[in-house]
Amino acid sequence: MFKKRALWSMFSSFIALLLLVSACAPAAPVIQTQVVVQTAAPVVQTQVVVQTQVVVQTVAPVVQTQVVTAAPVVVTATPLPATPAPVGPSCGTDPVTMNAYFETGFDIPFKLTDEFTKQFPNVTFDTKQDQFANLINETPRLLSGDNPPDLIRLPTMVSFAKQGLLMNLDGYAKAFGWDKWPVPQLDQNRVAADGTRGAGSLYAMGLNYSLTGIFYNKKLAAQIGMTQPPQTLDEFEGLLAKAKSAGLLPIMEWGSAKSGMGLAFPLQALMASLGPTGPINDWIFQKQGATIDTASNLTAAQHLETWIKNGYFPPDINAIEYTDAAARFTKGEGVFTFNGDWQNAGYDSGMPGNVGFFLMPPATAGGKPAAMSAPLTYGIAAKAKHADCAAFFFNWVASNPTARQIDVTVGGSNPGGPSGASVPTVAQGSVTTETLAAGNVIGEAGTAMDFIANSTSSIFAQGWTPELQKMVGGKQDAAGLLKAVQAEYLRELAR
Amino acid sequence: MPAPARSAVESTVMSDNGTVALASSRRTSPSRVARREKIIGWLFVVPALLMYAVFVLLPLVLSVQYSFFRWDGIGPMTWMGLQNYLTVLEVPDLLGTIYNAFRLVLFFSFIPVTLGLVVASIIHRVATGRLGEIARTVLFLPQVIPLVAAGIIWGWLLALPGLINQMLRAAGLGVIARAWLGDFDWALPAVGLIGIWVLLGFCTVLLLTGMTKVDPALYESARIDGAGWLTEFLSITVPLLRQEIGVCLTVTVIAALAAFDIVYVSTAGGPGNSTAVPGIQIYILAFTEQRIGLASALAVLLMILVLVVILPIQRLSREETP
Repeated sequence: MFKKRALWSMFSSFIALLLLVSACAPAAPVIQTQVVVQTAAPVVQTQVVVQTQVVVQTVAPVVQTQVVTAAPVVVTATPLPATPAPVGPSCGTDPVTMNAYFETGFDIPFKLTDEFTKQFPNVTFDTKQDQFANLINETPRLLSGDNPPDLIRLPTMVSFAKQGLLMNLDGYAKAFGWDKWPVPQLDQNRVAADGTRGAGSLYAMGLNYSLTGIFYNKKLAAQIGMTQPPQTLDEFEGLLAKAKSAGLLPIMEWGSAKSGMGLAFPLQALMASLGPTGPINDWIFQKQGATIDTASNLTAAQHLETWIKNGYFPPDINAIEYTDAAARFTKGEGVFTFNGDWQNAGYDSGMPGNVGFFLMPPATAGGKPAAMSAPLTYGIAAKAKHADCAAFFFNWVASNPTARQIDVTVGGSNPGGPSGASVPTVAQGSVTTETLAAGNVIGEAGTAMDFIANSTSSIFAQGWTPELQKMVGGKQDAAGLLKAVQAEYLRELAR
Repeated sequence: MPAPARSAVESTVMSDNGTVALASSRRTSPSRVARREKIIGWLFVVPALLMYAVFVLLPLVLSVQYSFFRWDGIGPMTWMGLQNYLTVLEVPDLLGTIYNAFRLVLFFSFIPVTLGLVVASIIHRVATGRLGEIARTVLFLPQVIPLVAAGIIWGWLLALPGLINQMLRAAGLGVIARAWLGDFDWALPAVGLIGIWVLLGFCTVLLLTGMTKVDPALYESARIDGAGWLTEFLSITVPLLRQEIGVCLTVTVIAALAAFDIVYVSTAGGPGNSTAVPGIQIYILAFTEQRIGLASALAVLLMILVLVVILPIQRLSREETP
């Protein structure tokens, strides 16, 4: 009897273990959480493709002339205003195969590398791609592996920089003159020796710089009497109230834990409208003693709580995913939506001519508007075989007119780069015109912020998302929200 | 059990009554044939055993090992002793996630097993032949459909503009229409509903197979004695299916306590933490926070919890009737 029973308990424990192990295994589905966090560009595949064709048409002729006259020498001869003479690192003339890892569903790097190969035929790209969520899990192993990538989309960077897995780009920055670019561009990619971001050595480059703000449905906005974008927070809140009483949904936003809570966007916009951006960036960059639980942030969270209570967001927001929110806004549900310029192509094709963009207005008239703006971050493995060529590629992306055009047409975002670099053209009637103009405003004001969901690796999943969802459900108030998130922040830093 | 005569040697070898008959019959057969059969038997088992060792036993041992270290997955490992097991208690809302897992037992285990018994006995009694086959296939289908796809479809069905709410409104029940997966009170039952859908077919098919094993003469004599369907069900079907019910309970309770996939594809733990389960926490700790040691410690604790719950079920269903 005993043996038999023991056998069965062994069997049952094996089943238990089996399920347990399978529970621990990395699951295939995408975590859109992180996707939203950094590039926030999860979705737009189909729309992006549409735009892509435009690129091919407008840009192709230029390319071909360069191809005919052939290769590296030519480009150095092409007039590129801000590119320094090719004394620095380059791809040379020998055949080079770059080992690259890109993010699935996001066209920009693929278009850029295709164009790069056209201009520099000795360089080809061996490109692997994966979902963003999988990249998060794989990146440490890829960087430390036997075949380290020359070019890789970085989901996060601080831990990899600290672990010595990423190439320090300070030398390249000097050689190419990146350090002379308009200031805030590179800061988010700097990591100090103590692991804080925002200052220190450069460990990654942005292919472009996304910008967030408020998109609006022009027809619905006219319906509630909005003739020009609001200049103050008060004015904006007046419009929200008008929309509500007109029987319209004031703000479309997403909130499912599967995408990560979209209310982090309006909350951060409110924080920057009602208070200084410096302390917010300090908190995101993990500066010593930084806290999110400040007086002005509390006011911001209270505003958000009021918006929720007034019914400014969809009642089912906790179940809405990012893609659903974008689609529902496109179909005319919601006067406003807080989102970023990575969605430009989607809005343009879904509601052509009917979408506008403005920055979150400041609390007082004449104040500086601020915005969350993050680079589309790429890095080079510390042990990469073709680091020079990868750095040259970064410089080319920021300075070559064709590359900059691809950046804007395909990605919808500001290409950044040196001041005085070529200004890409934008299709007539595209909302990209407005986001690029807004980007210049933010650049001049110096009020760009990283995303509050990027402060630690799981502050979004463990902090903002559940606590904001609770606020929607009436189970958390403004003060409790900030306290809970700060506690989670400290728990994650105390590892 | 009749005790066969055996030699002194055998009796010292056999310490357990239950296995004597089998063992002694093995002894009496020609040893070479027996050995050959034994080797062939092992050959059949080896591929499965190998997979099992590589994909189950090895990760298990490694998980236990990792749980004593601080490790980010790449860098050097630092010995922590039992510290991880203390730190893991600071994980936000840990008790809440365990409580949620036990609430899921109701939906993943008790309802599918109970419903499975009823459905199986109906199919067994009424729908034999073609109809029974169709019913079985339809019920088993959720086991075949990839869960991720099913999760997306259920997400649409349960959304505020989704089919379920449309039907409710059409039936004049618009008042209770809501975003089921985004509602603090209803998200967990909604996830539970998906669990029922997934696990009902498994239980039904297993129990149905068990029922075909039961001697029809028993039912016949019961019917002659005037027993109705319910009496038959309670006094013949359920007692004789005790082992199958035990297996169903075991598998489904584990599915509930170690739940990950169904929750991950439907709510990812939200809203708030109202559907968060330990499996989701383990995933976030290991892959988002890169704290492999801490995640392994939680995984080991979860395994112990599952064992503590499962072993009594095993004992109950395995207890042999005298």
